[in-house]
Amino acid sequence: MKRFFRSLVLTLVMIGWGTSVIWSQESEVAVYPTFEEMAPLFNASNDTTYVVNFWATWCKPCVKELPYFEKAVQAYKGHPVKIILVSLDFPKQIDSRLIPFIREHGLQAEVVVLTDPDANSWIPQIADEWSGAIPATLVQYQGKRVFHEGDFESLEDLQEFIARCNK
Amino acid sequence: MLRSILMMCVFLLGGMAAQAGVDPGYKVGDKATDFKLKNVDGKMVSLADYKDAKGFIIIFTCNHCPFSIAYEDRIIDLHRKFAPKGYPVIAINPNDPAVQPDDSFDAMKTRAAEKAFPFAYLMDEGQKVYPQYGATRTPHVFILDKQRVVRYIGAIDDNHSDAAAVQKPYVERAIAALEEGRQPTDTFTRAVGCTIKARK
Repeated sequence: MKRFFRSLVLTLVMIGWGTSVIWSQESEVAVYPTFEEMAPLFNASNDTTYVVNFWATWCKPCVKELPYFEKAVQAYKGHPVKIILVSLDFPKQIDSRLIPFIREHGLQAEVVVLTDPDANSWIPQIADEWSGAIPATLVQYQGKRVFHEGDFESLEDLQEFIARCNK
Repeated sequence: MLRSILMMCVFLLGGMAAQAGVDPGYKVGDKATDFKLKNVDGKMVSLADYKDAKGFIIIFTCNHCPFSIAYEDRIIDLHRKFAPKGYPVIAINPNDPAVQPDDSFDAMKTRAAEKAFPFAYLMDEGQKVYPQYGATRTPHVFILDKQRVVRYIGAIDDNHSDAAAVQKPYVERAIAALEEGRQPTDTFTRAVGCTIKARK
């Protein structure tokens, strides 16, 4: 019943927004089949700082740095900082691998999935200097952006990077 | 004394060069240097060994990366299709096996045998070649012409997860362009991939 209710709400929401964002069967993880639908996330002009990390469960350096993003969620509690983990896991591994991973690690940061295969069209919209290797992190605050291809060494390392956007 | 000052200068300059990232690798139009790397069959391979080649499809790829794995069959197909036309695939594993043990030379031999790779699968021992080319991820393609001039850098095609849904077969189109003696339409594309593993 709960699931039915959720699907009903979602259906209504989808009709309302005219979007094709689908939701994973198993959990409340939004799956964006096209970058276009995710793009509003990258164009917010409110007073929130968005920290957007591109990762995948199979990416070793990504998984290694995840704890810093999780700690950052706590560190910025009460501050207008939103941390979003954009998973680039393969579509067929969302339910079998990504969802169990999120549960197992009890991830607090919001996880969304981008499955748009035409990376050549959306990578430059994130950052022109991004080659496409992950992990990669974009921080944006009121139109200002800083981008990093590669991982972070610590929470401090990540925080220092985030602060660069607010200067 | 003089020598130690000189050494200091060399170190400082070297450090500065590394920091500034002076050489980001090849751009389309640059002439690529040859290399001599060990193939999974134990023999050393250079571009110069391919006497009849009209060009090369050099692909930095590896064993462990899911994107590389997703493209394995397509890489085999590229070689089968284009090697007879004079454009062999040369696969190079750029990863340091100390960081990524799945990409050791032995693991490469095993994978090459399992999939019966029809192309050379080379180990970038010492990790000297991939920085020269400017490879940053796996898979990462560099197409060279007969004169070893870089004509295309980027992805194999525009859909890693579904070969049947590909709309832009970048590599195939680039080779077709070279065959027709014109510049490929897309000379630089990007794709999601795994970082190249090196010690920090």
